[in-house]
Amino acid sequence: MSDVIIYSVITIAALGTVSAMILFFVAQQFKVIENPKIDDVEEVLPGANCGGCGYAGCRNFAEAIVKTNTLEGMNCPPGGTKVMDNVASIMGMTAEVQAPLVAVMRCSGSKANAPAKVQYDGPETCFFAHNLSAAESGCPYGCLGLADCVRACKFDAMYMDEETGLPVIIEENCVACGACVEACPRDIIELRKVGPKSKRIFVSCINEEKGGVAKKHCSVACIGCWKCEKECKFDAITIENNLAYIDFNKCTLCRKCVVVCPTNAIHELNFKPRKPKPEKKTLENEVKTDAKVVVESEKTEGKPLAKIEDEATDNDNNKE
Amino acid sequence: MKTFKRGGVHPEENKLSENQPIEVLSVPKRVTILLGQNLGANSKPVVNKRDKVKVGQLIAKGEAFISANLHSPVSGTVLKIDDVPDQVGHNKAAIVIDVDGDEWVEGIVRSSEIAKDIKLSKEEIVKKIQEMGVVGLGGAAFPTHIKLMVPEGKVPNVLIINGVECEPYLTADHRLMLEKGEELLIGISILMKGLGVSKAIIGIENNKADAIHLLKELANNFLGIEVQSLKVKYPQGGEKQLIKALINREVPSGKLPLDVGCVVSNVGTAFAVYEAVQKNKPLIERVVSVTGKSVKKPSNLLVRIGTPISDLIGKVEGLPEDTGKIIGGGPMMGKTLISMNAAVVKGTSGILVMRENESSRIAVKDCIRCAKCVSVCPMGLSPYLLAIYGEQERYEDAGLEDVMDCIECGSCHYICPSGRPLLDYLRVDKVRVGEIMRNR
Repeated sequence: MSDVIIYSVITIAALGTVSAMILFFVAQQFKVIENPKIDDVEEVLPGANCGGCGYAGCRNFAEAIVKTNTLEGMNCPPGGTKVMDNVASIMGMTAEVQAPLVAVMRCSGSKANAPAKVQYDGPETCFFAHNLSAAESGCPYGCLGLADCVRACKFDAMYMDEETGLPVIIEENCVACGACVEACPRDIIELRKVGPKSKRIFVSCINEEKGGVAKKHCSVACIGCWKCEKECKFDAITIENNLAYIDFNKCTLCRKCVVVCPTNAIHELNFKPRKPKPEKKTLENEVKTDAKVVVESEKTEGKPLAKIEDEATDNDNNKE
Repeated sequence: MKTFKRGGVHPEENKLSENQPIEVLSVPKRVTILLGQNLGANSKPVVNKRDKVKVGQLIAKGEAFISANLHSPVSGTVLKIDDVPDQVGHNKAAIVIDVDGDEWVEGIVRSSEIAKDIKLSKEEIVKKIQEMGVVGLGGAAFPTHIKLMVPEGKVPNVLIINGVECEPYLTADHRLMLEKGEELLIGISILMKGLGVSKAIIGIENNKADAIHLLKELANNFLGIEVQSLKVKYPQGGEKQLIKALINREVPSGKLPLDVGCVVSNVGTAFAVYEAVQKNKPLIERVVSVTGKSVKKPSNLLVRIGTPISDLIGKVEGLPEDTGKIIGGGPMMGKTLISMNAAVVKGTSGILVMRENESSRIAVKDCIRCAKCVSVCPMGLSPYLLAIYGEQERYEDAGLEDVMDCIECGSCHYICPSGRPLLDYLRVDKVRVGEIMRNR
C-alpha cells in the first residue's frame, strides 16, 4: 500500500520537474520584452477601466502613453491631476494642467415644468424612446427620463429623482469619464469645468425651437431672448438656433445672466445664497414681513381664486 | 389557394370601412408639406416665403438619386419654410402653405374621363413619373421612377401589383380597386411599358372578393394582366412574401426583388402613375382610411397631402371619448401619433383610432422560450434571440443573426404570450447594426 503512495508521489514530482523545466526554457525563448514603464504607469492609474481617457482600459492607456512617449492630450479623468502628475514623474515629463471636469445635466424638464401630454409605453430605454417619439411633454430635445445615463454610470454618481423624473448627478462621485454623455441619445449631459469651489453657471436647456414653441413644451426652456447675451460683459454667452450657451472658459461667474433670464433657464450651482437687497436689510424684521404681506395682497387683488392658487404652487416650486 | 409558406399570423381583420365609398375631403385652411416624405434624401425647396403657388406647382425638387419631387397640393401663399414637428414630434423641415382659393396649374386634366391610349415611350414614362413625384403609396414611399430604372445586367420579367392590403382595419386600397378599377389597370399597363415587361400579376387577398371579381372582369380587356386571389395571411403585403406567394421565387437575404426578376408596386401607386402619365397630375392627394372601433363613421377619404390629421378626424365626427391612441398607418406596423396637428404625408395609408383598452400594452414578462415568434416570423429569424441581444446591447451578435432582414411586420410582437416588446427591440437592433455596418 505504501509502495503505491511512494511511486505516485515520485512520478508526479518527476513529471512536475520536467514540465517546469520545459516551461522555463520555453518562457525564456519566447519572452515578450515589454517596457517596464507600462507596468509602472498602470500601477498608478485608478484601475477603474472606465474608458474616460478614450482607451479601452487602464492597461491600454498606459501602453499608449509609454509607446507614444508623450503626455499630450492624455488625461485620466477619474484620477485627475494627482494621477497624471504621478504618471509624469514615471515618464520623466511634466503633465499638462487639465482643469477637472464634471457632468452637467442641461435639462430641467421635470414633471412639473414640462407636464406630460401623451403617455409613452414602449421599452424603458431612452435610446428607443428617442427614436420613436419626441417625449411625453412634446419637447424633442428634453430629457426622456428613462435612465440610460444612470445605467451607464460606473461610479454611482447618478440616480433618478422619482419626483422630477430627471437624473441627478452626485458631484462628489462624478469623475467626468463621459459614459453618460455617450449614453444620452439627446446629448443633454455635458462635461463642464468644475470651477472654483465647484461654482458653475450654465444654461439648463438645449431646446433649439423658437421661444413660443419651446415655452409651450416646458416652462423653464431657453427661449433665445438675447437678454443674457446683452447682459454678459465678457462675451461668454453665444446664442445660436434660439439657444444660449455659456462658454465656461470665458465665464467669470458674475451671475448677472442668472438674474435677467426670464424663464430661469440659467442655473447657478454651489453659490452662497444671494444677499438680500440693501433696502430690505435696513428694515426691521416685523416691518419686512408686513410689507411682504401688503405686496402679496396687492398682487392677488382682482384675480380669480384658481390663478392665485396656481401662483402659490409656482412659488412653492421655486423655493424648492 | 396561394399564399406564402413561412410564418405569418391571422390578426382580426376589422375592415370596418370597406363598404364606405371614397369621399373627397374639403381643402384644409393650411397645409404642411414635409420635405422628407419619401425614402431617401430630402427634397430641396424651390419656392420662397410669401410666394404664390397653384395646385400642382413644383415646390421642392428631388435632387439626390433617391429622392422625389414635391408639388403644392393647394393654391395659396407660402407662409414659411421652417422646422415643424412631424407625426412623432421630431422637428423636420417643411413648407407651410396658407390656402387661398383652388387654382390649378394649366395642363392638368381634371375630368374623370378615362384616357386609355398610352402615348408616351418607355423613357418618357419614367421621366414623367419622376417629374410628377410619384412614390410608393404602400407605406415606405420609395420613389417609383427608381424602380423603373433597371440597372444593367438585371432583367425583370414580371411586374407584381400589391392589392393585398393585409394590415387589419385599412381599406383604402380595397376601395380604390373597386372604384377606379379601369384607371388602375391602365396605370399597370403604363408601369409594364415603363419597365419593359409583358406580364403583370395583381395579388389580392380573398377577403376582397368583390375587388377580385371586378378586376378579373376588367383585366380581360388588358393584355398580360392577371388577377390572382390569395389566402388571407399577414404580412402578405410585404414584397418578399408577395413574390413568394404569387410566383414562388425567394428573394435572397440582402437582395432586391429585381434580383429575382420582378418589381413590386402598390395599387395606389399604379393609380397615381395613371394620373401622372395620362392626366398630367402630380401626386398631391391620396386615399386614407380613417377608422377604429369607436369611430362613429369609419371612412375612406381622398385627402390632399399635408392636410392636418385633426381635419380627417373631424370628418369622421370627432374623436371618440375612449380614445387611447391614434396611429398613423395600420395597427401592426403603424406608429403612434404624438399630436393631431401633424400632417398627412405621401406614405399615410390610414389613421386608426384605438380604444383605450385595446391600446394598452400587457405587462412584460420573461421569455419562456415557447418559440411562437420563431414560427410566425415570415423572414425565418429568431425574434426572441434578437430581442435578448438588443436588451444586452450585443449588436454584433444581432448582426450575425441577420437582424437586417427583419421587415418590421410585428408578427412576433403580436403573438408573444409574455407581451415582450420584440418589434421594439428589433428596431433598435436594426438602427444599431446599421450604424456598425456603415462605420466599417
